[in-house]
Amino acid sequence: MSIRNKYSFFSIAKNALTHHENWQKAWKSPEPKKNYEAIIVGGGGHGLTTAYYLAKNHGIKNIAVIEKGWIGGGNTGRNTTIIRSNYLWDQSAALYEHALKLWEGMSQELNYNVMFSQRGVLNVAHNLHDVRELKRRWHANRLNDIDCEWLDTNKVKEFCPIINTSPNIRYPVLGATLQRRAGTARHDAVAWGYARGADEMGVDIIQNCEVTGINIKNGNITGIETTKGTINSNKVGVAAAGHTSVIANMAGIKLPLESKPLQALVSEPVKPVIDTVVMSNTIHAYVSQSDKGELVIGAGTDGYTSYTQRGGFNIVEDTLMAIVELFPIFSRMKMLRHWGGIVDICPDASPIISKTHINGLYFNCGWGTGGFKATPGSGWVFAHTIANDHAHELNAPFSINRFSSGELVDEHGAAAVAH
Amino acid sequence: MFLINCPYCGERDQAEFSCGGEAHISRPKNPPDLTDDQWAEYLFLRKNDKGLHYERWNHAFGCRQWFNLARNTATDEILAVYKIGDKPPKLNANTPITPSGEPNIGSGNLATSKKR
Repeated sequence: MSIRNKYSFFSIAKNALTHHENWQKAWKSPEPKKNYEAIIVGGGGHGLTTAYYLAKNHGIKNIAVIEKGWIGGGNTGRNTTIIRSNYLWDQSAALYEHALKLWEGMSQELNYNVMFSQRGVLNVAHNLHDVRELKRRWHANRLNDIDCEWLDTNKVKEFCPIINTSPNIRYPVLGATLQRRAGTARHDAVAWGYARGADEMGVDIIQNCEVTGINIKNGNITGIETTKGTINSNKVGVAAAGHTSVIANMAGIKLPLESKPLQALVSEPVKPVIDTVVMSNTIHAYVSQSDKGELVIGAGTDGYTSYTQRGGFNIVEDTLMAIVELFPIFSRMKMLRHWGGIVDICPDASPIISKTHINGLYFNCGWGTGGFKATPGSGWVFAHTIANDHAHELNAPFSINRFSSGELVDEHGAAAVAH
Repeated sequence: MFLINCPYCGERDQAEFSCGGEAHISRPKNPPDLTDDQWAEYLFLRKNDKGLHYERWNHAFGCRQWFNLARNTATDEILAVYKIGDKPPKLNANTPITPSGEPNIGSGNLATSKKR
């Protein structure tokens, strides 16, 4: 980051003199060049971090990030911003923990405040099965050197006083795991921060440019067709989330993905009332409070394939019923906004970060409902895969071949709905 | 959220139904001869098209019958309802203009402004 562009107290003071009208643009938005060393399809968190780490870790700076909408307008700006690494299986735990460590230094590294707040994440158990599953995950986490604690009902109440721990509710709180290093971040700041960081290193961020075709010659990728013309490159990384299958179709590749709407909603802003993140797989609710004071509530996926970025009201209703039972204090709050994002779900609820049988074409997809927490780690390993044409040790288990070999990383049990 | 015209009960709220995923996938006739890739194709790989999609639905909180739908996954418009065992009807589904092709101001989501 050059001194001229660095955000600091002094740059605020300096720009105050000109009424804050002369701030530099965070990124340039140029027209695409004819050739690039690498193209990243998808300007969300994962695409931008991939470009950033390709430039930073691997010295590949002649990169285009192609985004059909605008930066921060897709799932990066639609998720419920929960960050944690308490996954069951070793492969996932290693990948998400790597990401969590990058989160811890992100604001410093990017010179951009992503408001990463390690406020802790509670995963609540409501029945004996939940207790056993969560305790199993707690022990698995400890063996993987990931911080995790088990709280009994009284300790849950102590940690989050507004939670209803009455034994008489339909799904009583029998305990919870707590990861203290987990938390939330401001999601669009993450996209903007990485976009700014990548742009600074010479990456071209091209918005409002949709990919319409993939050019392949003799099993090698030669470039892409877009609404802004042909762009050539012999390395193309696709990080298109819910629309990955659409891109894969253009290359004649079939992937084990199903794209579904995932809904979230926020309430009217209120004074600080909940200083942690509470998640429950069984009754399917998760809630935290943003710095603006809104409750950020995540619902589940709708049960059918759709690209509409909206879902059924019954899903929202179920989620709010669960929230109100756990937090009776919220029963008269009004919900302000509600939206959906399209998530690409793998049969084993784990991502695909992989080469393909076409030379130079790589996919980073299948993050399903839980990609935000992995944003920096995902870009890190995907950049490694693109630069070296082989997987990083962290994403080697997440190859596309696992669906043929049977080595699935089945995170449904550990992550399931509140993935 | 949409209404589904169950071939047995008529038009009902989608919340009464559960989706069984892509239709017309038949179980392999010669399972022992299949390669790993062919098994992966049968078990895991799905069309997941944006646009025309043939899928199975079950009227779970109604008559509990299975049937097929042809739906445009880009707009959730239902194009045809037909019974299990029937051949899929030949249809076209238009996908809406994506953000890169939408007017800069005031378009909202063009997919939702379609007149019924």
